[in-house]
Amino acid sequence: MADEKKLFKVTIDNITIEVEPGTSILQAARKIGGDVAPPAMCYYSKLKGSGGKCRTCLVEVAAGSTADPRPMPKLVASCRTNVMDGMVVKNITSEKVIDARNGVVEMLLINHPLDCPICDQAGECSLQDLSYENGKESTRYEFPKRVFEKHDLGPYIQLHMTRCILCYRCVFTADQLTDKRVHGILDRGDHAEIATYIQKSLDNDFIGNIIDVCPVGALTDKTFRFKNRVWFLKPVDAHRNCNHANCSGKVTLWYRGDEVFRVTARKDEWGEVKDWICNECRFEKKQTKDWEIEGPTLVNRHSVISQGHYVGVQRPQEVLYDVLDGRKPQLLMDIHSVSEVNRPEIDLSKIQGPSHSTDFEPHEAR
Amino acid sequence: MGKLVLLEKAKVEGIRGYDVYRREGGYASVEKALKNMTPDQVTEEVKKSGLRGRGGAGFPTGMKWSFLAKPEGVPRHLVCNADESEPGTFKDRYLMEFLPHLLIEGLIVSSYALGSKATYIYIRGEYAWIPDILEAAIEEARANGWLGKNILGTGFDCEIYVHRGAGAYICGEETALIESLEGKRGNPRIKPPFPAVKGVWDRPTVVNNVETLAAVVPIINMGGEAYAKIGVGKSTGTKLLSACGNINKPGVYEIDMTISVEEFIYSDEYCGGIANGKRLKACIPGGSSVPILPANLLLKTAKGETRMMNYESLSDGGFAKGSMMGSGGFIVLDEDQCIVKNTYTLARFYRHESCGQCSPCREGTGWMEKILKKIDMGQGKKSDIDLLWDIQRKIEGNTICPLGDAAAWPVAAAIRHFRDEFQWHIDNSEECLVRNYGLAHYADPLEVPATA
Repeated sequence: MADEKKLFKVTIDNITIEVEPGTSILQAARKIGGDVAPPAMCYYSKLKGSGGKCRTCLVEVAAGSTADPRPMPKLVASCRTNVMDGMVVKNITSEKVIDARNGVVEMLLINHPLDCPICDQAGECSLQDLSYENGKESTRYEFPKRVFEKHDLGPYIQLHMTRCILCYRCVFTADQLTDKRVHGILDRGDHAEIATYIQKSLDNDFIGNIIDVCPVGALTDKTFRFKNRVWFLKPVDAHRNCNHANCSGKVTLWYRGDEVFRVTARKDEWGEVKDWICNECRFEKKQTKDWEIEGPTLVNRHSVISQGHYVGVQRPQEVLYDVLDGRKPQLLMDIHSVSEVNRPEIDLSKIQGPSHSTDFEPHEAR
Repeated sequence: MGKLVLLEKAKVEGIRGYDVYRREGGYASVEKALKNMTPDQVTEEVKKSGLRGRGGAGFPTGMKWSFLAKPEGVPRHLVCNADESEPGTFKDRYLMEFLPHLLIEGLIVSSYALGSKATYIYIRGEYAWIPDILEAAIEEARANGWLGKNILGTGFDCEIYVHRGAGAYICGEETALIESLEGKRGNPRIKPPFPAVKGVWDRPTVVNNVETLAAVVPIINMGGEAYAKIGVGKSTGTKLLSACGNINKPGVYEIDMTISVEEFIYSDEYCGGIANGKRLKACIPGGSSVPILPANLLLKTAKGETRMMNYESLSDGGFAKGSMMGSGGFIVLDEDQCIVKNTYTLARFYRHESCGQCSPCREGTGWMEKILKKIDMGQGKKSDIDLLWDIQRKIEGNTICPLGDAAAWPVAAAIRHFRDEFQWHIDNSEECLVRNYGLAHYADPLEVPATA
């Protein structure tokens, strides 16, 4: 072609690639892939206006361009800074970047409840991954963590404001996908929060997508709440002919045994939704017969749990016997006798196949 | 007494009204500019004057104006930043309250230079009584043909609208101001694009401080070169200072930037010395965000030279040994003031005013506040000072807008210059609750390194 676009040469962590003008540093780094791609907690390529806020993707620009090779004075948000021809960027090769990123991760975690053991997002949480990769073992923060008044967002979406990192992705999603946004950021600073202000439930046909874009466990699927850990589920690609004009109908079904525990949109290797889906597909179609199965999803095993980041962790020494002077530990309390959730009369070994959530529902629900 | 160019007529009775203002020579600059000059000539005069933004950053105004993009068919806007929220700063309030027509006059001339047919004054919500004064002045100006369609028969149309903020410090940041003016949440935008290219409603926009725009009037009247002769070096013209704290005569003063800091504090013409016969301990010379200086570094630079009240001299020595002219909020602390408490108060302010967009500022400002409160209450521990230093270091430079820097600098400067006072608070956890550290050595003459 005669009027072929001139490509920009950009060097990131000593790797040079050519990208189209208008590409952000982050997108260029993602093209290289691997560790060169900075982590992004707020940027979302499918949401216009997103990015620039979380500051985890800060990089050092060692040379602005061939025409003006001066370095940029401050670290820049790679998601919102476009490449120039001849630009030299340092991500993991820059000590300044590593230092700043460690600082950002520490800031993001000081008020985060770290309740991963009871959080549905655990195992597919960007903040969890980020802290394993860039965080420290302990905190220097010694004050009570921030809490919020609880807001009910209706039957589909559970809000845990304490986990929120204010990435604004859900706000952009509601703005760009639904006909009317009814939630947003109230207040400011460290007391800013996601809420509906007038206690309205979120019920737009496409509002369920805010669950998928949320990088943390602040917005989770109420129909999947506490039902299972994501790493026990088997993701399967499926589709259906959805009547909604803007719904792709292309989803991932998350199975355990032959039960569909949840439905999500399909995500790419950067954890971003490929095609948006409607609430009906997400929340109402949880039978295999609703779907045409395509096959197992190729899971990106970047998550901390599936990747086995625990390698090298020292196992704590077993001290119980020492404490008990060599005596054997005894069961102190029968959990069944105090729990209202489990049914003590059911012998788990006699249930057919893998145990099932309905086996454990409270008595009244049966 | 230095030459007054802004507040010259401030004491004239009735100057707030149009008739007196006009009788005293008001609106002459509009006549001169619209009838005898092209918009580019006006910008050129402002460039020649060397006028620097009076809101805090001190960026050359003429250069800012020349950056304004002028695409065909796209309206341009001038926005007057009257969201004067920097603690210790109240000069714009004085100007708008007593000389509203001076601002309106400056706005008309500047709008003409920039081609803004709809000009906005964004005023902070707390200045609740001032919009009425400004709107009355705008009405009078319109009634006398200075605003509206075809001003002075030159074909130039201009309207000025007053927009009230809702009480957020962050809306003084120009892009947050623009967001707020558009009716959105006042979060700063990510730059680029700069307002000069995409500002209000994505149109090219210039945002200037009240004092900056008022200064355009004398610049046009006397000519840029004559204006540049006032002052010294790159600190041209006059600057309004709002002096407050432990001084005998707090108030708004106009200086021509040729006097020393010592003269400004102690002369009867200005602050009139430290109140109640106390001694000077420290000073924040340019509004709460700029680095605090102990008395010895305030009056003399690290090189042993007398520190003058101008942009260059105040920032002499960089952040390690100097401060900034900032917005001109001159806060004086006497020997009875506690630097720890002062720093805590500032940190509390910035925590409260952070917009919450970027994580380092949202989380870091709150963290610093909590640690400072703890130290102030005598519960600090040794590692807290280094921790504070590390937190401010991780905020500074890593945020979208300068609020993160503004929150980090006061903490950094307080630790840099008053570290032993922090240490004393930690070592004397009970004594610090009943008495202050006092002046200590902060006014002792500094050893000047010998220069070869």
